[in-house]
Amino acid sequence: MAPEGLTINYTAVVIAAIVGFVGMAIMFGASYLLSPKKRTAIKDMPYECGIPPAPYSWSQLHMRYYIFAILFLIFDVEAVFLFPWALVFLTSIDAVFYEMLLFIGILFFGIIYSWKKGVLQWN
Amino acid sequence: MSALETLLLVLAIFGVLTGLSVIVLSLIWLERKFLGRMQMRMGPMHVGPFGLLQPVADAVKLMAKEDLLSSLVDRVVYWVAPLAVFVPTFMIWVTIPVARDLVIRNLDMGLFYIIAFSVLSIVGLVTAGWASSNKYAVLGGFRAAAQLVSYEIPLILAVLGVAMLAQSMNLEEVVNSQSTVVYALVQPLGLVIFFIAGLAELGRTPFDIHPAESEVVGGPFVEYSGAHWAVFFLAEYINTFAIAALTVLLFLGGWLFPGISGDVSALGVLVFLVKTYLVILVVFWIRGTYPRLRIDQLMSLGWKVLVPLALVNVVITASYMFYGWSAWSLSLMSLAILGAAIWGLSKRMRTAPTPEYTVKLYVPAPEASNAG
Repeated sequence: MAPEGLTINYTAVVIAAIVGFVGMAIMFGASYLLSPKKRTAIKDMPYECGIPPAPYSWSQLHMRYYIFAILFLIFDVEAVFLFPWALVFLTSIDAVFYEMLLFIGILFFGIIYSWKKGVLQWN
Repeated sequence: MSALETLLLVLAIFGVLTGLSVIVLSLIWLERKFLGRMQMRMGPMHVGPFGLLQPVADAVKLMAKEDLLSSLVDRVVYWVAPLAVFVPTFMIWVTIPVARDLVIRNLDMGLFYIIAFSVLSIVGLVTAGWASSNKYAVLGGFRAAAQLVSYEIPLILAVLGVAMLAQSMNLEEVVNSQSTVVYALVQPLGLVIFFIAGLAELGRTPFDIHPAESEVVGGPFVEYSGAHWAVFFLAEYINTFAIAALTVLLFLGGWLFPGISGDVSALGVLVFLVKTYLVILVVFWIRGTYPRLRIDQLMSLGWKVLVPLALVNVVITASYMFYGWSAWSLSLMSLAILGAAIWGLSKRMRTAPTPEYTVKLYVPAPEASNAG
């Protein structure tokens, strides 16, 4: 596609982002005008089922979230490679198809390996 | 682009925003009514005929509600988070067609654009949880991150199968290539993976781990009220509609229907809307039927079942295309793998041992002095 076509298409995307922000700004503005504002010390407390909250809630998190994030990263990058491949593998040379099968195979092995390692177990 | 064209584009996008808001109101009414009838209740009845104006009343109430803000929140992030959830969910509607040629911009990279932007709203959920400075919210935000990134993979791979079959990532071409047979029949495995992963992406029952009311009391949204909470709600319903619309476009033939000419735009929109609302009714039906999964079951289903199945789906679809196997072989393979997966899962669920938790419950020591 010609570059100017790209510009026209993705102008719409930028405008959609701006419209999204503006629409929500209008909503927040209307809410600001309509809503009552009476602040008290009790209302300003974080919600914790009625008991006085412990002062610091940004606690440490379990390691498993990090592992799943890394796994996601691996497969997401794989998807970035797979999408262009999906559109060209029929029209290019045969090696393209077999190479990607090998790549998927390696990733498949990766997921089985992490399964056996117990990484996928959430406990 | 001239100034007039730009103005028209802005107006059209505002039109999409308005249309989506109306659709969200209809979905809220439909969900409450449908769930009510499933539980032998009437659902909303009092505001307007058949309670049709109930969502409008709810919206006005939310707008006029005081915006409570706890004194510990991280203000900037707290204000930005609803926008970070809403704006990407709205932006994908630039390229979702509702009928032939009825779309803002028909991007060549449409499918890729949609999955790229829909991931962004995860960031909004995590920041919402983190900024709220509330234990439930932080926990809910991280659960949301873990769940959504896990189910993003099968979703992307299921979409990839369709892109392969259609040899295009342009949504209109994907629909046009289904004019003889819809991809739900060619690739039933892909449809099931896409629908389950889509449900999980929406955080809907049985995958509503991160907004679980009985565990983390609303998850990332617990500190939000008034208009800001309404924005999260709006984004959630727009997402529901988007996933249903994508299911229809990718697997159920979009605006095509046997015997109905797709050239008439109004008729095409009607067919598309009827199909989409039927898919949404299935989503609500599942909500009214199944209990919530535990988080370990959720992650196991995602990584040990759906991701391998999605990879297998990609491989068999690619082989089918590459070797030019006969037309129905892919459907048969797909169905066979799907059947085997369901059989294996149900067998495993019947025999699965009760899991041992590493988290120990606090049990107070018995006090002997109280006995006498």
